[in-house]
Amino acid sequence: MDFLRPASWEEALAAKAEHPTAVPIAGGTDVMVEINFDHRRPEYLLDLNRIGELTEWEVGGENVRLGASVPYTAIMENLRAELPGLALASHTVASPQIRNRGGVGGNLGTASPAGDAHPALLAAGAEVEAESVRGSRMIPIDEFYTGVKRNALAADELIRAVHIKKADGPQQYSKVGTRNAMVIAVCAFGLALHPETRTVRTGIGSAAPTPVRARAAEDFLNAALEEGGFWESGNIITPSVAKQFAQLASGACNPIDDVRGTAKYRRHAVGIMARRTLGWTWEQYRGTARTLEGAA
Amino acid sequence: MATTGTPTNLTQKTRGGIGESTLRPDGTLKVTGEFAYSSDMWHEDMLWGQILRSTVAHAEIVSIDTSEALAQAGVYAVLTYEDLPTEVKNYGLEIQDTPVLANGVVRHHGEPVALVAADHPETARRAAAKIRVEYRELPVVTDEASATAPDAPLLHPGRDDHHAGHVPHPNIVHRQPIVRGNADEAAGRADVIVSGEYVFGMQDQAFLGPESGLAVPAEDGGVDLYVATQWLHSDLRQIAPVLGLPEDKVRMTLSGVGGAFGGREDLSMQIHACLLALRTGKPVKIVYNRFESFFGHVHRHPAKLWYEHGATSDGKITHMKCRIVLDGGAYASASPAVVGNASSLSVGPYVIDDVDIEAIALYTNNPPCGAMRGFGAVQACFAYEAQMDKLAKALDMDPVEFRQLNAMEQGTLLPTGQAVDSPAPVAELLRRVKARPLPPERQWETTEGADVRALPGGLSNTTHGEGVVRGVGYAVGIKNVGFSEGFDDYSTAKVRMEVIAGEPVATVHTAMAEVGQGGVTVHAQIARTELGVSQVTISPADTQVGSAGSTSASRQTYVTGGAVRNSCELVREKVLEIGRRRFGSYHPAWATAELLLESGKVVTDGGEVLADLVDVLEGEAVEIEAEWRHRPTQAFDLRTGQGNGHVQYSFAAHRAVVEVDTELGLVKVIELSCAQDVGKALNPLSVIGQIQGGTTQGLGMAVMEEIIVDPKTAKVRNPSFTDYLIPTILDTPTIPVDVLELADDHAPYGLRGVGEAPTLSSTPAVLAAIRNATGLELNRTPVRPEHLTGT
Amino acid sequence: MRVNFTVNGRRQEADDVWEGESLLYVLRERLGLPGSKNACEQGECGSCTVRLDGVPVCSCLVAAGQVEGREVVTVEGLADFARQREQGSCASGACGTSLQDAQSWSAAPRDGVTDSQTGEGTELSPIQQAFIDAGAVQCGFCTPGLLVAADEMLERTPSPSDEDIREALSGNLCRCTGYEKILDAVRLAAARQERKEEAV
Repeated sequence: MDFLRPASWEEALAAKAEHPTAVPIAGGTDVMVEINFDHRRPEYLLDLNRIGELTEWEVGGENVRLGASVPYTAIMENLRAELPGLALASHTVASPQIRNRGGVGGNLGTASPAGDAHPALLAAGAEVEAESVRGSRMIPIDEFYTGVKRNALAADELIRAVHIKKADGPQQYSKVGTRNAMVIAVCAFGLALHPETRTVRTGIGSAAPTPVRARAAEDFLNAALEEGGFWESGNIITPSVAKQFAQLASGACNPIDDVRGTAKYRRHAVGIMARRTLGWTWEQYRGTARTLEGAA
Repeated sequence: MATTGTPTNLTQKTRGGIGESTLRPDGTLKVTGEFAYSSDMWHEDMLWGQILRSTVAHAEIVSIDTSEALAQAGVYAVLTYEDLPTEVKNYGLEIQDTPVLANGVVRHHGEPVALVAADHPETARRAAAKIRVEYRELPVVTDEASATAPDAPLLHPGRDDHHAGHVPHPNIVHRQPIVRGNADEAAGRADVIVSGEYVFGMQDQAFLGPESGLAVPAEDGGVDLYVATQWLHSDLRQIAPVLGLPEDKVRMTLSGVGGAFGGREDLSMQIHACLLALRTGKPVKIVYNRFESFFGHVHRHPAKLWYEHGATSDGKITHMKCRIVLDGGAYASASPAVVGNASSLSVGPYVIDDVDIEAIALYTNNPPCGAMRGFGAVQACFAYEAQMDKLAKALDMDPVEFRQLNAMEQGTLLPTGQAVDSPAPVAELLRRVKARPLPPERQWETTEGADVRALPGGLSNTTHGEGVVRGVGYAVGIKNVGFSEGFDDYSTAKVRMEVIAGEPVATVHTAMAEVGQGGVTVHAQIARTELGVSQVTISPADTQVGSAGSTSASRQTYVTGGAVRNSCELVREKVLEIGRRRFGSYHPAWATAELLLESGKVVTDGGEVLADLVDVLEGEAVEIEAEWRHRPTQAFDLRTGQGNGHVQYSFAAHRAVVEVDTELGLVKVIELSCAQDVGKALNPLSVIGQIQGGTTQGLGMAVMEEIIVDPKTAKVRNPSFTDYLIPTILDTPTIPVDVLELADDHAPYGLRGVGEAPTLSSTPAVLAAIRNATGLELNRTPVRPEHLTGT
Repeated sequence: MRVNFTVNGRRQEADDVWEGESLLYVLRERLGLPGSKNACEQGECGSCTVRLDGVPVCSCLVAAGQVEGREVVTVEGLADFARQREQGSCASGACGTSLQDAQSWSAAPRDGVTDSQTGEGTELSPIQQAFIDAGAVQCGFCTPGLLVAADEMLERTPSPSDEDIREALSGNLCRCTGYEKILDAVRLAAARQERKEEAV
């Protein structure tokens, strides 16, 4: 095993080009477990800790450019307003110690369906900034996950940052685990209201081979909200709409039975979380609307 | 260069005899990181040992090729069954059926097959990976049906152990029936009869300090072994014959123990480290990682329990029938004794005259199971307490009042015919937990909204109160204290008293395994009380002193504590003899009064000072090593189960308050209060710590802890802390504790063993609370979200 | 490979480090600092918690090569670290030991006055003392990680609520105590800290 310690992003890209099998290590929260338990013996470890810009973020007009190694703790503490869904998801990641080390880049690189950040990224809308010595490209989040623990990165590419749409409305995130902290998701659900485009986006974790959006549920809800004039009125979403949305979210799952839970439970729980997160975000939206009315 | 990390004397100069919450003598070392655990042992030129384990549960070993592993640079030895030095190739607590290394067959997933010693753990791992083992897989036996089927493969053909003659099938380790009265006839008097089948999952001790230690070959051909264990002398008895060494050439010293809970009663890496050290002539360190730890020790027996109870309409239990099937896995370990406990305590702390009981333990290809806190009584308590709630419901009675109506008291006969001859305040314990005010409802509501940390799901933000229902449940249990069934259960203590630097000091040396319970604190307290000194040194536990028995069965304060007190009394008598010899002529009270040692002085029972201990002892040291035994017990009759099998009992009751997200099936335990009779709290702070810790392990068993074994392959599916979950601080509620002290006159200071009882009733109390919240029957523990949501 | 970094204010150099080794292994097996514990080596128990440039992390999940040039505080250095923080030389929590302190630092400080082997007389940080006093230590294997995590929490949140304490310590498993006495210990340390500040 060789330990590569690039001092700059350019050196890191060069190293990855020279050794495409090199395994990037930043927070170490996935890679080191595999090494400690003898599950993996990479030829090269590519340490990204010395590259300061990976832990920086920029808040732009439309997007937040989030460095791949910005720790979850920093997201929780600093980006709650811009990225409320991801901040909530970050808070569910493992333990304080892990949140101090791990970042979204690691979640994306590992591309486990159980990664906590994925549903929030899918719901908010995001692009992955991938770079190699050949150049930089933006991969839409919907095209990023290609299979169980597989992603759209080329062998010589590294994740530089994630560009996440700044919230234009309420976002929520829920995760089921059989413990009240420090638990891998049995399944998870993210939901974001986008009042500017009058759309709702979702993300499902751990209930399909890859993180997925509940597209049929989104389409149904978008149409129902539009037809009922809900975005303007801020009226309460009726139980039948919420129920249909929840059922369609369940239907978007393609889960398996494993030691963490049954497929049937995962479908069921995703439906419950879909209904609840819709309720919470919509109440927040109505509250905001009312506040605005009051102010006007 | 010397070994580093060897244990040191613990010297503490403080006040505090029995009954006071004196602080741990090892506390400062433990908070500074200096306390050396078995995995902290280090030697300059030591090697690292690695164990190759079977990847399948049941197979013939066709061949093992170690040549490639041996050829690797940095590898010093590779050992298989063929390399074992003597004819003794098995070990075991009661039945020597466990191979040191697999002999042509493996019987469970993760069984040790070969050993490697190398200069770095990674070298050892890589070498182990290069050992080629060819398996021919055999069908697996995984439950009672497959174990006792006519064509079932026999796990241990040709058994000649002392249970082989009375079991109905060779794949049954031991069977204990207990029959008293006439259950069938009594059932005729019942107005209601309830029955149920209950399933108890496989729990892991999950101590945090992994199995580890250091074996150092000695110049005399022997070996010095530093390990974390629960019973040094039991280890020694099993290790020495395999090495072909006399016991005095295997010198064992207890290293720091990172928790035990029963999981260190069996051997793990002890023999392996010694074999490698003796073969290579170098010190060998072995440290399991967490993955290996799940394969490296026995677990709590999973069980299927069938129960029937009847009661008259006025709430009196008429009879009980039960059948308890414990899965012992591939090797016997402590299974026979677990069967004895499960059967003899299967009625719980209730008066039931007519019973028909049967308990068995199976041999299967599942992971071996043995001792864990509560030892057989835990599984039974889960089932009989569910039955109590069912009966109360059938009779439309309050579940606590129903229990109190049938509660055992001092003098009650157990189904074994043995009378409970010390206080049994079962009804009172229940009254106390019930009388406690309930925690306020909807504690999650804050001015800013819901604090998800107070809700089911916690930080995962699954509910802001939706679907959340509260439930309250009760349970009470009975656990035996000390080794039962005629076992010669004794401890040895060596106590020395002398004057050092102008001050009388005591030194206590035992082989007791301090595993965290605070035995070292208590021994010093006893010495202070009995010998009137303030400075006490606790010597490291080792095999240079006689056996202290096991740190299990809630027995150490009773038995080794009793031995320390006994030796202190003998030392005191000698000191007084010296005093009489030297100063007897100065005052007649030396001859006539009852004399005590207090605050460094010899005093009369009237409080008059006769002499300073410093003057009495002068240059003389008094040292006594003596064994001490509790009252003898008897074996249970193999047909009727009758016999005075137990020494003492420990009782605890719990009330659980839970909040359940009924839609997602997630549970948050809000409060888990406990009342326990401890006879006499020698160290109240430690007693409460034991009760809270035991309670929390029971909570884990109720809602999350289970080793999942694939029923088709008998392979363990979750050997890690990622998927074997134990409670975090966010899962653990406040645990108010109410301690009763009703003396047991048979025990030293009237004390009662404390450690296990709280683990019994905690699990059924939480289950009862969840049933109360959801209305579901829930016959299985741990409860998973699937069970609560019907998915 | 060779790794140079600072542990408890002292420069350390580890040689012949295998590239797959963790910071935890280097501390325990190469630098003679076994205080950080090896309970799970998968980031699930917190027993190996150390501060890396001031931040609590699981040292089992930090590759040894990643600590090159960085600062680590372990339980062995916690008392010194807390003392310096109190003296105001370390507001950020990320500072090291002065050269003078570093030279006099020892992994096993002993009080030369007594012959005690229990470490009595050793100067402890407030959180260490509180763990002893409250009965928060049983087997003690989780204790070093809990101490590092709790000390850092009290640095950030001097008057924590119970839920704050629970959240901050939710990455540290304990199998012995049921956590009640650990909560007591952190409450005790916070209360003592407050009293001290009021006195000043």
